[in-house]
Amino acid sequence: MLRLEKRPTPSRFWLYATPPVAVILTMIAGGILFAAMGKNPFEVIRTIFWDPVFGEFAFYLRGQLLVKAGPLILIAIGLALGFRAGIWNIGAEGQYIMGAIFGASVGLAVFPTESRWIFPLMVVAGAFGGWLWAMIPAILKTRFNTNEILVSLMLVYVAETILAKASTGFLKNPEGMGFPGSRNFSSYPAAQNAFLYEPLGLHWGGVAALVTGVLAYILLTRHQAGFQIRLAGQAPRAARFHGVSPTRLVVLCMGISGALAGLAGMFEVTGPAGQISIDFNTGYGFTAIIVAFLGRLNPLGIVLAGFLMALTYVGGEMASTNLGLPDAAIQVFQGMLLFFLLAVDVLTNYRFRLAVGAH
Amino acid sequence: MDFGGINPVILIATLMASAVPILLAALGETVVERSGVLNLGVEGMMIIGALGGFVVAVQTGSPVLGFIGGAAAGAALSLIFALLTQVFLANQVATGLALTLFGLGVSSLGGQGYNGIKPPRTGQLLPDALADLPVIGPILFGHDWVVYFSILMTAVLWWVLKATRIGLIIRAVGESHEAAHALGYKVNRIRLMCIAFGGAMAGMGGAYVSLARVPQWVDGITAGAGWIALAIVVFASWKPWRVLIGAYLFGGITVLQLNLQVAGSGIPVEYLSMAPYLITILVLVIMSAGRKGKANGAPASLGQNFHASR
Repeated sequence: MLRLEKRPTPSRFWLYATPPVAVILTMIAGGILFAAMGKNPFEVIRTIFWDPVFGEFAFYLRGQLLVKAGPLILIAIGLALGFRAGIWNIGAEGQYIMGAIFGASVGLAVFPTESRWIFPLMVVAGAFGGWLWAMIPAILKTRFNTNEILVSLMLVYVAETILAKASTGFLKNPEGMGFPGSRNFSSYPAAQNAFLYEPLGLHWGGVAALVTGVLAYILLTRHQAGFQIRLAGQAPRAARFHGVSPTRLVVLCMGISGALAGLAGMFEVTGPAGQISIDFNTGYGFTAIIVAFLGRLNPLGIVLAGFLMALTYVGGEMASTNLGLPDAAIQVFQGMLLFFLLAVDVLTNYRFRLAVGAH
Repeated sequence: MDFGGINPVILIATLMASAVPILLAALGETVVERSGVLNLGVEGMMIIGALGGFVVAVQTGSPVLGFIGGAAAGAALSLIFALLTQVFLANQVATGLALTLFGLGVSSLGGQGYNGIKPPRTGQLLPDALADLPVIGPILFGHDWVVYFSILMTAVLWWVLKATRIGLIIRAVGESHEAAHALGYKVNRIRLMCIAFGGAMAGMGGAYVSLARVPQWVDGITAGAGWIALAIVVFASWKPWRVLIGAYLFGGITVLQLNLQVAGSGIPVEYLSMAPYLITILVLVIMSAGRKGKANGAPASLGQNFHASR
């Protein structure tokens, strides 16, 4: 019989090999799922993973990759900092929505003023909105020891109702002839997050995502705060003796992840989404959790994982229009990816041994 | 006997029914957490149960088989969680979240083609003569069997956890898995069974949403009930009777806000519909603030995986 044996030190090989192995296993299991649904599995897998990059319409779809990857990377990096320290911010979706509402509100409040300062101000407001929403669970955690997982999650539902109120009430387009949704930012250049380089799908959100990836990497590997985050996650007792303040760490990690999620929401609503509407959010806040784990909670890994997850979104849309694959199948596919990742991950810290005789 | 268009008798009778999904799920999760496992996948197991129960009930025409199907579907999904956390020793928080994401996806995929169908009705259990009694009739006798089942399960779990050998073993595994292992108990196997039980309860709770509360199939039908169930377990300090109180409290708030929406209280609908979530947060804060520093009743090994080195 096989039994698990703890490795003396984590395997470096499996640390890097886990994500590719998990992706391959997901392709196999996903292929079986697609075949069971009566689709040609090879065609579906090719449509999802190959066509967006090298296929017939790749010139357009390649740009979509960064559009989708940007918010995922931004949110996932923030989450990963917290996850590393054992702080579980699960409500990024809510912070993303609040960032979008705050950012958009600033822009819409000064409509139709034209000034170069409007957009930077909206960026600040967006980050502030997300930060503020994340501070609620953070302060409840530090002051009253309330579970941050549950509070941040409840706040997603609250944020969704505020979003509904915003798009049908206080941010509704006064010239929208009664339709829900705010003014469209594409007709308001000073507040619009336009493409900087359209063929690559690069807008300010993409720039922010890539820069944040590098900065977070430096923070984690070269900075005192990064050391404290890693220490608190791996050895909480040692961290306390080292003088790491749990309160400051919670406020810092939740604050950073909230602000980044808020930024992502603000860039999304003023750019690709175009307006505040009831369903402009497409679950990036939840998918980013998968991205964070897929990237091994490492900022540079997350950048790669963000593009991979974006591929499943873009390719999934292709598969949905061309092959009639339901959108939900992609969600299942993404869930499977996380399962396989978590399962294969056991090999980083343990190895399988053939047990001889009784133990 | 109406107060602002709201009849208190009907309010109490409805809240008992509306609390059933979160009550069942929270009772299941209580057992899971008492064995030292934190399964955040309740929402996923509930929605899979909602779909499984709906499909079985529609196909067989029997609501009872539907509830069994829902429980089986929830338990089946929870076994993925059990496999990952108990065999592959994966992080429980991450795996639970994955379970929820996966469950939402699978249910939305599997539910296509079931929209707009009416499931067979789960009728009231006791004869009309009893249910038509004034005041106590609707509150005590007017329910379907699942409402009574959920109250019965509360009593059974209270007794099992408090007074039986099985309960003692579950608590031992949850408080100190090292000690339980040293006594010769198979920690991971016991936890696996608790997880499956929790999955079955969550699945049945989900089935009650799609078969009795709504009753039809819509995407995302559980709408966060699983997360509220998780909050109620904390609120209840991992004790079955307090779970019942918590579930009725939240059932009451949900029903009340819906009634206020219908009665046109002048409070905007959006603020009313966020009320259950805000009150959940408020209660969590009060419960955790009250016993800061002291033991809050959480099982000592909660969320920690166990690997027998010897």
